[in-house]
Amino acid sequence: MGHEPIPHVDPALIRGLTEPRYSRRRFLQNAGMAVGGLSLASILAACGTKGIETASNGSGGPNAGLGTPEWWGQQQLHDELRFANWAYYIDTAHGEHPSLVQFTQDTGIEVNYSEAVNDNISFFSKIRPDLQQGNDIGYDLIVSTDNDPPISQMVKLGWGIPLDQSRMTNYYAHSSKQIRDPSFDPGNAFTMGWQSGYTCMAYNSKYIQEPITSLQSLFDPKYAGKIGMMGIASEIGSIGLLAIGKDPVTATPDDWQLAADKLAAQRPMVRSYYDASYLRALKNEDIWITMAWSGDIFYAATYQGYDTLQVVMPEEGVMFWTDYMMIPYTAKNPLDAMTYMDSVFDPQVAAQIADYVGYVCPVPEAQEIIRTELDDPVVADSPTVFPTPAIEAITHHYPSWSDPAVVTGWNETFVPIFEG
Amino acid sequence: MAGAGPASLPPTAPAPVRRARRGKKIAPYLLGMPAGLWLVIFFLVPLVTMLSLSLQTCDPLTLACTLTWRWGRFGDVFSAHTTQFARSFTYAGAATVVDLVVSFPLVYWIAFRARRKSVFLMLLLVPFFVSYVIRTILWQFLLSDNGILLGSLKAAHLLPERFHVLDTGFAVVAGLAYSYFPFAALPMYVALERIDRGVIEAAFDLYAHRPTMLRRVVLPLALPGIFAAVLLTFVPASGDYVNATLLGGTGSTMIGNVIQNEFLVFSDYPSASALSAILMGIMLVGNFV
Repeated sequence: MGHEPIPHVDPALIRGLTEPRYSRRRFLQNAGMAVGGLSLASILAACGTKGIETASNGSGGPNAGLGTPEWWGQQQLHDELRFANWAYYIDTAHGEHPSLVQFTQDTGIEVNYSEAVNDNISFFSKIRPDLQQGNDIGYDLIVSTDNDPPISQMVKLGWGIPLDQSRMTNYYAHSSKQIRDPSFDPGNAFTMGWQSGYTCMAYNSKYIQEPITSLQSLFDPKYAGKIGMMGIASEIGSIGLLAIGKDPVTATPDDWQLAADKLAAQRPMVRSYYDASYLRALKNEDIWITMAWSGDIFYAATYQGYDTLQVVMPEEGVMFWTDYMMIPYTAKNPLDAMTYMDSVFDPQVAAQIADYVGYVCPVPEAQEIIRTELDDPVVADSPTVFPTPAIEAITHHYPSWSDPAVVTGWNETFVPIFEG
Repeated sequence: MAGAGPASLPPTAPAPVRRARRGKKIAPYLLGMPAGLWLVIFFLVPLVTMLSLSLQTCDPLTLACTLTWRWGRFGDVFSAHTTQFARSFTYAGAATVVDLVVSFPLVYWIAFRARRKSVFLMLLLVPFFVSYVIRTILWQFLLSDNGILLGSLKAAHLLPERFHVLDTGFAVVAGLAYSYFPFAALPMYVALERIDRGVIEAAFDLYAHRPTMLRRVVLPLALPGIFAAVLLTFVPASGDYVNATLLGGTGSTMIGNVIQNEFLVFSDYPSASALSAILMGIMLVGNFV
């Protein structure tokens, strides 16, 4: 499959790299001219009752009995797949998604693709009540990033259908080892990676001429007032831990505190604690050096003319996040979802998607296809799409958020830094 | 509606009087019912739910909540966020003062001097036809370090290179003052507009100087308007989180941001509810003082 000419993809199309992925501003816009304490209170209350009603629904695992070989043997294709993903996160041309059109041609499965995920946590809040009650959430396949707790929590709550390992041939043949076997889902029992990215750092070489190689530059008094950090607990905590030489996965709460102390000492020099809005501040030259998401900077520098912006993969390490696909246990078309999940690890399909979205491609073999068949060396040679071995060597993963105590302790340690 | 109007009156004499009286009695309640229901459904029910939620304990994973009457949470969340509470009231207070000081002369002029009052009132309101969030985001561009304003001042060497306004408490207060400006201006305008011109003439007839007249006549008569302006500005400004998110930086987080984070990011509904309840409590007490 996949050897027909691939429709030309205009590189000027937004590749998702600039898309605010965790932006609270999006919430603000959606929240409809927020009216402060009182209305917030009513939202609070509305959501609170859901928790009360479902109090009996513990973590006993609503997916019990699902996803066994016998169960998968009984499933049939319904020629329909409802897929919820982030915006700008799949190849798009002329209002269509060529890789999905191809998939429908090959399998007869119609894909109802929606860009429903704006933010891991708010998307989770939206589907959570239905999952708690055992209702269909309207999607057979969802995507969530491992740097936020929801994907770990959904696995832990038993809200995913165990995958049919016998239908993961492309995955085991072609997927990158970086996305395999995540700590929250050993053996990929429930999830498979979609695309990945790095949390690293960036600077503007218009103002900073010296070579930047270390996270310590974020703590350099020379740049006081021009330093940007992220006001996202998982991100700032992980970077703080890397800066003191600890691996976020193995770090103990004592290490967290050491990292928090270092970050607290840095506070007076930090211009602001940003969400995805750090990119605007960096482009407007409000900040000179900042924590960053690799793809954002690559895209801004390559396609938007911000050619003085530099991505740095600091020597202390970089954080590697991955968006994981999961079939919710109330899905109506699990076999269609399973078929699709494995199909995206076909190198041809992976190349087509990666050439558009520009995040880290989960299939290393796609690199040569993008270079030769798709003739796009800029993407093929980008270390933010196909990481070099040197980068893979310093790659770190997020701690597993399956344990609520870890989430609570982590938040208590790191949130006061940016909320102070 | 209960059919108690004059049209449905039977022709016989004594009965209609009684029925009309009963109609008169229940009419106010009927008229108030839509608003009352609205208040009950969208204010009272959420309020009670929120208060109950603040006394519950939720499992962090399943979010199953049980009422545990943990009053201690109020103390915990308050002492953990005294800085943000204090900051919110300081910012809101500063914004209110700015609004009063800036809008009083303006609306005084419109009320007493301007020829085409409605035109000027319209001009005052026009910017507020644009969405609140969009207006605040536009401030980011105006105040950006190398933006239209600071960029040109820096180019003229009037400001040091690293001087910035965006991402400071000053920017947040400015944003708040701007956002709530009409809520301060309009009630004061209404109060000033209603002042009897004869009273002012009388003050001059009694040899009052203009400042004395303002202080002894206009200001006391405008006081209800000023009070309304303070309420309408200060209360929403202290709960605001949009300005602090978009214009604030390190150390300018307001209590609204904390509540938003507790609720949306950390899914800690009880703490968020407790913080909201404390905020409302302080406001209520403040109103009566």
